[in-house]
Amino acid sequence: MTAIAEFFRELRSKYGINLTILYDPFDIDRFLLGMWVTVELFLISAIVSVAIGLVGAGLLSLPNRFGQGLVRSYVAFFRNTPPLVQMYFFYFGLGALVPPGTNALGMPVERVSNFTWALVSLSLYAGAFNIEIFRSGVEAIHKSIREAATVLGYSKLSAFIYVMVPLAWRISLPALCNNMIELLKTTTLAYAIGVPELLYASNQIWSDSLNTFEMMNVLMVVYLALVGIVAWVMYRWERALRLPGFGAA
Amino acid sequence: MSGQKLRNTIGALLLGALAIGSMSSATQAADCNKDTLCRMMVGGKLKAGVVVDYKPWGYRGQGGEYLGLEPDMARDVAKTLGVEVEFVPVNSANRMEFLAQGQIDLMIATMTDNLKRREVIGIVHPNYYSSGYNIILPKTAKPPNWDAMKGQKICAIQGSWYNRPAQEKFGLDYLAFPGIAEVEAALLQGRCIGWLFDDNLINVMFADPSGKWSTFHMPLPSQDDAPWGLAVRKDDLDKAWGRFMSGMLYHWHRSGQLLAWEKDHGVAESPFLRQSHEKLKDHLQ
Repeated sequence: MTAIAEFFRELRSKYGINLTILYDPFDIDRFLLGMWVTVELFLISAIVSVAIGLVGAGLLSLPNRFGQGLVRSYVAFFRNTPPLVQMYFFYFGLGALVPPGTNALGMPVERVSNFTWALVSLSLYAGAFNIEIFRSGVEAIHKSIREAATVLGYSKLSAFIYVMVPLAWRISLPALCNNMIELLKTTTLAYAIGVPELLYASNQIWSDSLNTFEMMNVLMVVYLALVGIVAWVMYRWERALRLPGFGAA
Repeated sequence: MSGQKLRNTIGALLLGALAIGSMSSATQAADCNKDTLCRMMVGGKLKAGVVVDYKPWGYRGQGGEYLGLEPDMARDVAKTLGVEVEFVPVNSANRMEFLAQGQIDLMIATMTDNLKRREVIGIVHPNYYSSGYNIILPKTAKPPNWDAMKGQKICAIQGSWYNRPAQEKFGLDYLAFPGIAEVEAALLQGRCIGWLFDDNLINVMFADPSGKWSTFHMPLPSQDDAPWGLAVRKDDLDKAWGRFMSGMLYHWHRSGQLLAWEKDHGVAESPFLRQSHEKLKDHLQ
């Protein structure tokens, strides 16, 4: 570890390439923390947004007008506003309505942290897109399949859960993959409300070390790698779920 | 043409006009042989460069008059010399050039004293003020020392130079935003217990007549304090003019005049001024 640090210190003194995140323990810590917060934000909001998507698409396919209207207005609201504005709205707008608690010293503490607000915002944002993705998946299945399921004795609901959803899921995966990549990239917006994710950490580092050029490049490479991992996992999943004779060969 | 450029051009034109106007007195001052103090005494005028955007250290009143702690200092210099004071507004980008080129003879412009600057201009000692970083806290919070702030949620501005030293030394837990407005909102909404900021600007906030910050205070000593220096031209530093200004500074500290001005302008007492005064005050009284 010290040899690596030594190498990058030398890289700085000899060539002026200042990668503090590879030799300065303080910067290493905050960069790794930033990476972890980004991954955490992404994973939790991905799971929640998929759940929102499934429930929303389910409601849309039920013959309940109230439920449909509710889901449609939710989608309209979150798809038609910029995610950064939503982030500010949740944190400074809605968040202000939550009265702060007090800690042991009698000082105010926020009841809902900025991390939680970022999660809420990201999940609702990505969830709106997921609803549309799953809806398109459900609608892509020929109605004869639903009819066949009903003939075999499935109720409407169980046909939806056991027949439609597994098929729709397969159709939706490529679009879902796109949205998950978009979600990962959108996590950078959380820096606006002070969540110490990767961009925030990098911003702090380049402000202190004046190595903006190096950190910008590092950020590009790290996001490229993170998105690469997500895309690869989604691709593998798509392949594993492939049904012979259904969708692409 | 940007506003800044336009201002600079107008400034240059005005200064040109001034230079022509003062030619007659230049012949008179020729006997002084480059001695700035002598030239000022003969010409009866002190040209002082001050900032106009750092209330209450230097700002303009409604009628355009120069107000603040630093113009007060310059006025006192002129009064002591028995000359008139002429203010020239400067900013951090042009203040050293204005001085070196002779458009002003004295610069009191919220400038931090450092070695790089001492190579260009003559910074007169003792220093007259200082700034560092500190935490603005609600009055209900009375931490005994900085160590008590460990792990506390503190608002900060992303990219401030003091974020890192304060975190390394005292283990603060930051909630950092890109701009001042977000930090203010977060602090007033109780998202964090305090705000890590430039201590002078915190004092400026306290001086805000709206009283927005009246329930806040700054109970801890400022950290990484860097002193401010007023300046004369480099070749004046060890001549009569530089030595005279050194004497003025000494007198202001000794008499407590700087503390009095600070109080007049509604700024909370700076520990730097208090310490300087304690060190230099009359030991017989």
